[in-house]
Amino acid sequence: MKAAPFDYLRPDMLDETLAALAQYGADARIIAGGQSLGAMLNMRILSPKALIDINGLDDLAHVSVASDMIATGAMVRQSDAMVDRRIRDHVPLLARALPYVGHYQTRNRGTLGGSVAHADPSAEIPLALAILGGEVELRSRRGRRRVKAVDFFQSALVTAREPDELLTALYWPARKPRHGYAFTEFALRHGDYAIVAVACVAEMTADGALSVLRFGFGGCGERPQIVAREGAPGSEHLDDETISAMARSAAAEIECRTDLMASADYRRQLAGVLAESALAAAAAEPVAHA
Amino acid sequence: MRSIPAGERAAIRFTLNGRPVSAHADARMQLADLIRHVLKQYGTHVGCEHGICGACTVLVDGRAVRSCLIFAPQVEGSSIITVEGLAQESGDLNGELNALQQSFRRHHALQCGFCTAGILISATQFLRENADPSEQQVRDMLSGHLCRCTGYAGIVEAILAAAKVRSGENCKASGD
Repeated sequence: MKAAPFDYLRPDMLDETLAALAQYGADARIIAGGQSLGAMLNMRILSPKALIDINGLDDLAHVSVASDMIATGAMVRQSDAMVDRRIRDHVPLLARALPYVGHYQTRNRGTLGGSVAHADPSAEIPLALAILGGEVELRSRRGRRRVKAVDFFQSALVTAREPDELLTALYWPARKPRHGYAFTEFALRHGDYAIVAVACVAEMTADGALSVLRFGFGGCGERPQIVAREGAPGSEHLDDETISAMARSAAAEIECRTDLMASADYRRQLAGVLAESALAAAAAEPVAHA
Repeated sequence: MRSIPAGERAAIRFTLNGRPVSAHADARMQLADLIRHVLKQYGTHVGCEHGICGACTVLVDGRAVRSCLIFAPQVEGSSIITVEGLAQESGDLNGELNALQQSFRRHHALQCGFCTAGILISATQFLRENADPSEQQVRDMLSGHLCRCTGYAGIVEAILAAAKVRSGENCKASGD
């Protein structure tokens, strides 16, 4: 199918973009990589009055590193992020999630910011940002604000972005010492929407005990769900049985939906299985690096 | 800021297979339709129109992308290569198939040919980035294309063989 007519605007500068957003508000859609939005326009799931193309905003295509935070501009392409040394070194969880995002051809065009702004419940990049405690930067003519990713994702395709705001950057906390990061998912075919995606962050003490544990679940509910275990959750030796019990207890806490792809029960079972392998991988990483 | 009001056509200027072109289109026109219906280059095929099948894949500034998910004015100033430009783009000016295309023929990597143009385009960028790819890497890249005839085995063989030929040539060129 073909998209319905829209006013096309291609600003060269951020100020023009924010002015256009202030003018059109909820009648406008912002197109970055367009790998989800293009399909939705072609299928006329959406028919906005205006399409604001931010591919000309070169300032939004940079990665920058501060001491404990990595900022990725909204227009950083997924394929560029995959080969970016700074992301591999400082945000290993994102680097491990990216190969699961769509396909080689869609990652060539798709952006980090676009995936977060789109907020598909099964998407990998939002899940990685949420479990790491990352933030989203939003700008409008009214000013600039930063929103925690866990608050930004409100429901399926629904975010805290106001109609006049542009998502300009993502802030990723840098990897921490003695932390392990793992990402895994199950989809019917590689690159399809994840039926369940699981991220895991584990901190290990020097003597091999688990001191911090977080699971992130995607594809299960309406948005990324984080289950955190604080206060020495596995202070004793982390054996297979303990890992399995922790994974399943986390999976028991999340919301799971039923759709054409899978039932809620199936999703919960799968979430537990994937969480188990994610925790095993995350817990092994700091040991391997020690 | 460039703007094109709904329902109006605008001139889009870009380079198609090395030649500068100017074409008039609505902003909502897909790049795939601009290439086929306005510029009459029918090598690029259109399957699903929502980014799943990969048939319409073209190179935009060196990257393999779905031309159904890009709107016409978005390619202003870009350089686009379609399957028609592959032989020329690889420096083979005799108008014959380039090495990758010949490899597809040799390894029976196509039957009906509907998906082939898109796969050749993706493989072109992929081989540029991966001189010595593994079968798994080739299959990962191919996951973005649907082929309903071959079962992919011949396509994988053709791409791996083309990589070998190419790296052999590079060795010769560098005197190894």
